[in-house]
This record gives sequence, structure tokens and C-alpha cells, in this order.
Amino acid sequence: MTRPRKAAAAAAGDGPTVRRRRPAATTRRPSEADSTGGANGHRGRAAATVSTVAAAPEVEADNGATPGGNGATPDEDGVAAARSRPRARTDGAPRANGRRPAPAGEPGGPDDAAGADDWPERVADLLAFLRRRLTGRYEVDEFGFDPELTETVFYPLLRLLYRHYFRVEVIGAHHLPTHGPALLVANHSGTVPVDALMLSVAVHDETPTHRHMRLLGADLVFRIPVLSEFARKSGSTLACNPDAERLLRAGEVVGVFPEGFKGIGKHYRDRYKLQRFGRGGFVSAALRTGTPIVPVSIVGAEEIYPIIGSITPLAKVLGLPYFPVTPLFPWFGPLGLLPLPSKWLIEFSAPIPTVGRAEDADDPVVVFNVADQVRETIQQTLYALLERRPDPFS
Amino acid sequence: MRVLVTGVGRYLGAHLAARLAAHPRVGQVTGFDSAAPPSPLREMLDEHRVPVVTGEARDVAVALARSGADTVAHMGIISTPGVGGRAAMKEQNIIGTMQLLAACQVSSQVHKVVVRSSTAAYGASFRDPGVFTETTPPSLAPRGGFAKDVIEVEGYVRGFARRRPDVITTVMRLAPMVGPQAETTLTRYFSLPVVPTVLGRDPRLQFIHLDDALELLVRAVVENHPGTYNVAGEGVLVLSQAIRRAGRIAVPIVEPGLGALAALVRALRLGEFSHDQLDLLVHGRVVDTRALVEEFGVRPRSTAEAFDDFVRGRGLHRPAFAALRPDTVEAVERTLVEGMRRLGERVSRPADPSRAEVTR
Repeated sequence: MTRPRKAAAAAAGDGPTVRRRRPAATTRRPSEADSTGGANGHRGRAAATVSTVAAAPEVEADNGATPGGNGATPDEDGVAAARSRPRARTDGAPRANGRRPAPAGEPGGPDDAAGADDWPERVADLLAFLRRRLTGRYEVDEFGFDPELTETVFYPLLRLLYRHYFRVEVIGAHHLPTHGPALLVANHSGTVPVDALMLSVAVHDETPTHRHMRLLGADLVFRIPVLSEFARKSGSTLACNPDAERLLRAGEVVGVFPEGFKGIGKHYRDRYKLQRFGRGGFVSAALRTGTPIVPVSIVGAEEIYPIIGSITPLAKVLGLPYFPVTPLFPWFGPLGLLPLPSKWLIEFSAPIPTVGRAEDADDPVVVFNVADQVRETIQQTLYALLERRPDPFS
Repeated sequence: MRVLVTGVGRYLGAHLAARLAAHPRVGQVTGFDSAAPPSPLREMLDEHRVPVVTGEARDVAVALARSGADTVAHMGIISTPGVGGRAAMKEQNIIGTMQLLAACQVSSQVHKVVVRSSTAAYGASFRDPGVFTETTPPSLAPRGGFAKDVIEVEGYVRGFARRRPDVITTVMRLAPMVGPQAETTLTRYFSLPVVPTVLGRDPRLQFIHLDDALELLVRAVVENHPGTYNVAGEGVLVLSQAIRRAGRIAVPIVEPGLGALAALVRALRLGEFSHDQLDLLVHGRVVDTRALVEEFGVRPRSTAEAFDDFVRGRGLHRPAFAALRPDTVEAVERTLVEGMRRLGERVSRPADPSRAEVTR
């Protein structure tokens, strides 16, 4: 038993603060990861844990430390935070920290030095990551979200698709709040929910605070082995009001696709035509928690696997909502699984405020009105975006 | 305050009775169970001067009247079948509860009833919300015997509370218990050298430290906390994480083979895996503990702390048993990083000698 007061602070730490620090820890400083983990996850053992692992981080700090040596200055956290950006992004950009003492004018230049100098540190990061994985010293939140795994493994892989394959362009990222809750409502398409994955990368990379979007998924997702665990670990949970409201109350960015299977499994000829929005449960959740609704319009996902038919009996046997037939699938076997390289645009529209309307959450008239407003915004934005992108594969 | 504790033939009931007997605000404590407690529990109860009445379910009324108890702690709800198998377990859980509540209902002296329940009541399925609060109903009827019993028991308790609103009724839904002393199917499971898991599933688990569970039960008996509470340690461990913390190796098994494996485990008398536990190992279960913390004013050890204490207390990291000890992993990492640093220096020294000097 611990005293509630102190523990309450630790519990509060379980929320966004720790998570914001985590990227720093994952990219570079295992010592920090361990001490936060200790303070939070296993208070009783914190001292022991830290002391046993202390040796490794020291070696590592040694390794990373440079003559400039601000490795131990008070602004370290800030430095680490600056570094928390994914490497692929910061590569090439001059870094603001003092890890490399070489001033820009020094022969070779900062980036040259980075290539030669960085690798031991990167390998050390990787080893520290593997050590935490092998010993189970990492944290997941109550929904099973594993921020370290998401940032270290999932996002870098998805980013390859995001940058080089779909060449995603983001418009209106300033509409995403840097702190506090937001409910992102997007159109759904593409046979396989690649749009959801790309949207999470967009939210993470386009917000200065690198927020994690928490997706609400259909129960089908959680029925399927492997997929269900990928979903949970990347921050998704079941699309139901208790979970949605719990996440919003915790100040998270929640992503929802109200069209559901009607949207993602629609025929190619219906592309960019928004389907019905269900019961509008997402509106109730937003009204009840006073969360702004950010309409999101995604262009490009419709073309990745154009559905030209569905084998309904097969879908029934497999317990799926549809069994897609695309120009390549199932005719070409595994080749048919390759998405077409369409050009993507994601636009975040101005948030719709909902503060102080909690009493309207159960009023179907209000709920449907707000849902329609969101729907209309997304539909109009989609048309505008399509005009900007006349050729889907440009 | 005089207390009747049922289920003293098992660890939880016996230890609760002993703790209550030692509590300054509690007078006489009487134990009741269908069978006499095994000797270590028996000795502990004797030491605390807790008389134990044994008898069938219907004998509880007499025991209650004779003990003169004003408070009843119903711990006689068992999660794993004992000698008599599932039929006896159901008999004890359902009939035992009905008889006890019937006795309480007609009693004029009883003014508080504390019932041990379980978070198994929520079931475990893919259609459930990520976090259960006390008011969440299970989305699918659980298929495990224990979960069904618990739901039924809670139904009777609700009926009792309705008929006797003057009696303080507390239901404590306990998460799976761990700790150095805990001896359950799950603790035996984590003690296996290789731990079978379900392929493609990594359920979220929550535990409560056995000592904290006892402490909270004592508070529920001694203080007044009407209502239903989830009793679990804050936070979550996913199964793979827990297995690694215990220094074990997971062996994934495809879901259809699971029933066969459970049957094999049963046949080899290694343990008893019920549907409750199989579903738990597929879908996991997490409960909200805010109500508990707010009402009781204490915070039990977190799930991770409780589990680490169990791992330490059991000596699961002892070399002979652990496949992946944390210190081994750390030592390997240290060696690699050190070696790499040397290599890095050797590479960079010819290019920039002054720098390498400073670095050293």
C-alpha cells in the first residue's frame, strides 16, 4: 500500500507528461527511460532497477558525450526533446543540440560528421531498446498502447509508405491542437484501413508535440489474432462510447471513421462519396466531453485497392463484411496485395467547438445536426482536394 | 464488532480471518467452511484464536446465529474446482451464497456484508471496451464456470441489498492475485520454464498484490464502504511483458490447439485451466480502479509492482529457472556498447586525433 497522495502524482505522471518524455528516451537515453519507468511502473523497486542498469547508460553517455560536453547540462531534457523527432526527419536538418561540437564552419560540415559519428550511438539506442524489450521494462497504457514500440518500429516503417510511396501532403495541420483532447473524424476508404495508419503518421509528424492519434476500430479488428495486437499496441481500441470518452477525458487525440465498413468497402465507382454516418456516437462522445471535432478529409486512399466487386459467399464464410475483388486481387495472388501508388492529400479542417453542450449529448436532433455538419465539411473539402489533384497517380 | 468469515479453508479466507482477529477494532472472529482448513492455515487460525465451524452450506445459518456476528465476510467463493470438481465448486459458490444471504436476511444482528467477487464477472472478449468500470455489463456471457458463478452470486447479493437496504453491502471484485505467497493457476503458469501463449495475442493483464487485496478486504470489513469495487493494481502488463519480467520464454500456440493443451495440462495434473483463464489469455481484461481509490483512500501496489514482487519473492530469476535474466541481458548490452565504443574510437582516431583525445 502506498500513500494515495504521492501515488496520485505518479498516476498523473502516467498520462501525457511521461509520454511526452518518452520519445527522447527511446531515441537516445535509456537511463531516463528507466528512471521514469521506475518512478511510475514499479516504485518499490525503482532504486534497485536504476542502480542495476546504471552501468549501461553510463557507458552509453560516455559514448555519446563529446568534447563540447553539454551532455549533462540542465537543458538536457530540452535537447532530448528536440531529438525526439524521428531520425528520418531530422537527418539532413542541422541539429540544434550540442552533441556534435563541430561548429557548422568546421571542415566536413555537421552532416558529414553525423554520418560517421552517429552510428555507435544509434546501435547503442537499438541495444537499449532491445534490452528493454527482452526484460519487459517498458510501459503500456491501460488500452495496451505501447508508445516505445510504436515510435521505434511502427512509425518508421509506415513513414516509408507515407513519404515515398503515397507522398502524403498535409494541409491545415495547425488545426490540430498541440495539447488537450480532439476528436478527428475522417472519411474511410481503401479496402484495407491504410488511411487510418497514414493519418496517425500525419498527426504524429505534423504536430510539434508529436501527438499519438488513438484510433477507434471495429470489433472485427480485435477478433483477428496478430492484427488485434498490432492495433492495441499502436494505440487503437474498440469503437465504443466508454472507450472514446475515457480517451477524450484523458486529453488524447482520438481518430474515428464513422462510415465504418460502408466507407472502406464501397465500390470504386462510389469513390469520394461519403457514406452514412451511423448513429453519430462520436458526436455524443465529443459533446459529453466538450471535445472539439476536427473534420479530416483524406484523398488518395480510394485508389490504392479499387474495389470492383465483392465475393459475398466467401465473405460470409470468413465472417468478413466483404471479400474485395480489385483489378489485381485475388487474380494476381500476393501481387494483388500491393497497393497502387496514388498521390495522397490529407486536410484538417477548422475544429467544431462543442464546449458546454454536454446536455445535448443525448438529443438525437442535435447529434444528427452536428454529424451532418461534419459530414458536409468533409464532403466539400474532398471535392476541393480532388480539384487540386486531377491525376490520382501524379 | 464480531465477524463471521466464510471460506477459511482457503488461503484468502483464512488470512483475512487472522488479520481481522489481530485488528484492534474487531472482537471475536469465527471461521466457517465446508471442510477443515489444511494444517498451516489451521495453525495460523489457532494462533489468532479463530474458531472454525465446519458444515454444509445450510449449516451457515446456525454458525451465524451462534457466533453472534454483526458482520459477515463472504470469502467462500472459489475460483478453481477442488476435490469435488466443478459440481462441488458450483454447489459451494451458488448454494453457499444463497444460504448465507438467506441467513443474513432474517438476522437482526447482521448490519454489514462483504462479498468477495472477481473481475472475471466482466468476461473477456473482443467486443468489450478496453477498460471496465463497475457499471459495465459483459458484452458476451462469459463461458467460464467461475465467471458464471460470480455473475450469479452478484445477482443474489444485489437482491439481498434490495431487500435489506439497512445492511451495508460491499462487493469486492478482485483481479487475479499475485504475490510471493499467492498460489493460483496463474502464478503456477508464470512459474513454468517455458510459458505457452496464444499466437498473435498479447492480452493486457492486471493483478492485485495478495497482501493489498487482504488489506482492502480488512478495510471493507472494518470501515463502511457500501457498493461494488474493482480491486486491482493500477496499470497494465501485457502478457509477453510479464513473461519477460519473469525471465521466462513464451511459446506461442495457435488458438485452436489451446483446448487440447489445457486438457493435457489437466491430465498431467500441472494445473487447471478453465475457460475463464483461456479467454483471459486471449483477450485480456483491464478494470478501472478509480472508485476503489477514491472510496478507500488507499492505492494498492500497481500491477507491475505486484508482479515484480511476485517474481522476486518466488525467486523466478534464479539461474536454474530463468531463461532470460535481466542482468544477463544488461551485461550483454554493456559488453556490446563498450566494444562498439572502442571500435568507434579506433576508427575516428586517425582521422581526428585531437578529438579522440578529448573524448577519452
